[in-house]
Amino acid sequence: MASADAALSIADVIATERDALGKQGHTSEGSIAVGVTPSTPKNPADARVTRMLSRDPDAFAVITGREEDWRFTPLARLHGLHDGTAAPTGVLEVTVTGAPVETIGPDHPLVGSALTPVDKAAALALRDFKEGQLVTLDGELAEPVVLSFRGTGQVSYGHVVVDAKPFAKAVVVLEHTGQALHSGNVEVLVGDGADVTLVSLQEWDDSSVHLSAQAAVVGRDARFTSVVVSLGGDLVRLNPTVTYAGPGGSAEFLGLAFADAGQHLEHRLFVDHEARNCRSRVTYKTAVQGEGAHTVWIGDVLIRAAAEGTDTYELNRNLLLTPDARADSVPNLEIETGEIAGAGHASATGRFDDEQLFYLQSRGITADEARRIVVLGFFTEILQQIGVPSLEERLITAIENELGTAAQVPA
Amino acid sequence: MAVLEIRDLHVSVEDKQILAGVNLTIRAGETHAIMGPNGSGKSTLAYSVAGHPKYTITSGTVTLDGEDVLAMSVDERARAGLFLAMQYPVEVPGVTVSNFLRSAATAVRGEAPKLRLWVKEQKQAMTALEMDPAFASRNVNEGFSGGEKKRHEILQLELLKPKIAILDETDSGLDVDALRVVSEGVNRVHATGETGTLLITHYTRILKYIVPDFVHVFVAGRIVEEGGKELADELEANGYAKYLAADAADAADAAGAAPDAAGAAGAALSRPLPV
Repeated sequence: MASADAALSIADVIATERDALGKQGHTSEGSIAVGVTPSTPKNPADARVTRMLSRDPDAFAVITGREEDWRFTPLARLHGLHDGTAAPTGVLEVTVTGAPVETIGPDHPLVGSALTPVDKAAALALRDFKEGQLVTLDGELAEPVVLSFRGTGQVSYGHVVVDAKPFAKAVVVLEHTGQALHSGNVEVLVGDGADVTLVSLQEWDDSSVHLSAQAAVVGRDARFTSVVVSLGGDLVRLNPTVTYAGPGGSAEFLGLAFADAGQHLEHRLFVDHEARNCRSRVTYKTAVQGEGAHTVWIGDVLIRAAAEGTDTYELNRNLLLTPDARADSVPNLEIETGEIAGAGHASATGRFDDEQLFYLQSRGITADEARRIVVLGFFTEILQQIGVPSLEERLITAIENELGTAAQVPA
Repeated sequence: MAVLEIRDLHVSVEDKQILAGVNLTIRAGETHAIMGPNGSGKSTLAYSVAGHPKYTITSGTVTLDGEDVLAMSVDERARAGLFLAMQYPVEVPGVTVSNFLRSAATAVRGEAPKLRLWVKEQKQAMTALEMDPAFASRNVNEGFSGGEKKRHEILQLELLKPKIAILDETDSGLDVDALRVVSEGVNRVHATGETGTLLITHYTRILKYIVPDFVHVFVAGRIVEEGGKELADELEANGYAKYLAADAADAADAAGAAPDAAGAAGAALSRPLPV
């Protein structure tokens, strides 16, 4: 199993909890829980390098919630999407703009070419989806390809394959709206020298549930950018992962989530470095507001013995807007070679407390506006890194809408 | 002309009385210095007037041009023309100085300043306070040095142009150069004649740069002596010891004769102070 010896404690772990001055009693009662595990997992079964992978749902034990991978997830709210008891009742409506899309089933040869499930839920979705979408990218596309999925109250399994030919350059946006219990995986094949940005935007209605493993394989000297924006839904659990098919690949993961009362938004990332001289960056920010609002960020990075010259860094920032909300953050780094360019991670959770509110209000800014400014500022930094201006505007609008509709916090 | 009137203000924190009957009138164009030992309640006065939720007003009034300040929310007070430069301004992660300043100016002025004019205005104000332009793109108070925090507070003072500015220990933690720069900013605002200034300080050194019209000595939650700028010189020479001794004696009297609190406060104000 992976072992990071003392000389490899390159991980730059920062866990801070900002406490403002003159803290008030009612804000000091934190339900903050920030777990930071800067070392290899204690249980060998949790180590990424030894994890079982299979397309067969029956190869996996029933998920109990005690597994490291599932300990944060409220299983009852999955309504059986994770254990095979949720029979499909339909599919999401899909509208496509920007490129031709082919409908595919589980037998299509590209299905399973980037993703081998790491858990029962993903394996079930891979087996049981009826209508998937194959997006083939060739050449440079000036406009984003948009797949707009809308739930109409059904239980559904889906699948998307993005096949980017060598040197293709494109942005693919997956929008999710409406009401659904949906489990759908996404596979992205980034050909040699290609440059693909995949945006997964979760703007579900309040009662929706969404599970999705989003696996990318990055070719030689190719670039992949994953942008995840989770705003709506009762429970969203995404697993973006990347592997590298050749040297010189680069993967960037940008994510933001805003959970308000009762929402559970979970993002578990895994970057698997096996090829040489590849790069990865993970930057996730979440804000939580209201009773039961919960975000979970897990950042697993594995640098295998062959992956010399790896350069990786992951960062997670969480903003607690109210003391009854919660954010969990767990970065894990497994390193099997010392011949790397860099590896590190940082995690910090801070609160927007009465002192910040007082400060902004003392400059004439209303309490509601103060919260809006703080959250928007917090997220804007991520959006600016996407590098697609039209998309940035689209996402800022989505966040502004979310902030406008978020339940007002009692003073 | 703007006038802030504080009358018989009593303030408690968690049922402990901190202010015991403060009377103070500040007019636009005037500079008042409140000086007193640590723990005397100077900052409590500042934060109570600004509306910090930690402080409970138990009696008394505060009005700005006749309007009841105590009935206003914190942001309403600011929009009415009150400004508090804080001793320990908090960090606001993810919000840049320029966004923050423009939001504040928009709120206080009632409309968003025109972008082109605003950029120029902000730049000029920053130049006057000898601040690097890059400062505008940093997050509010994040990683600021003590001097940067105070410059940033005075930058807001200059941009927001309040009717009444309360500066809470703006001089603390500043080196000589920063003290000069910050003081010049306060003096520029004073020179407009539109702003009344209440300078709260423990030390007299800032009064070498900012000349007060009135000096108030603050002990045990109230003003115990008032005078002109010469009073500051006397404090520089003799410190607060005699006021503290008088307060202790007063407390002993109060314990012996058990007069009501207002009576004790009145006695303290009227008693001639030993020289």
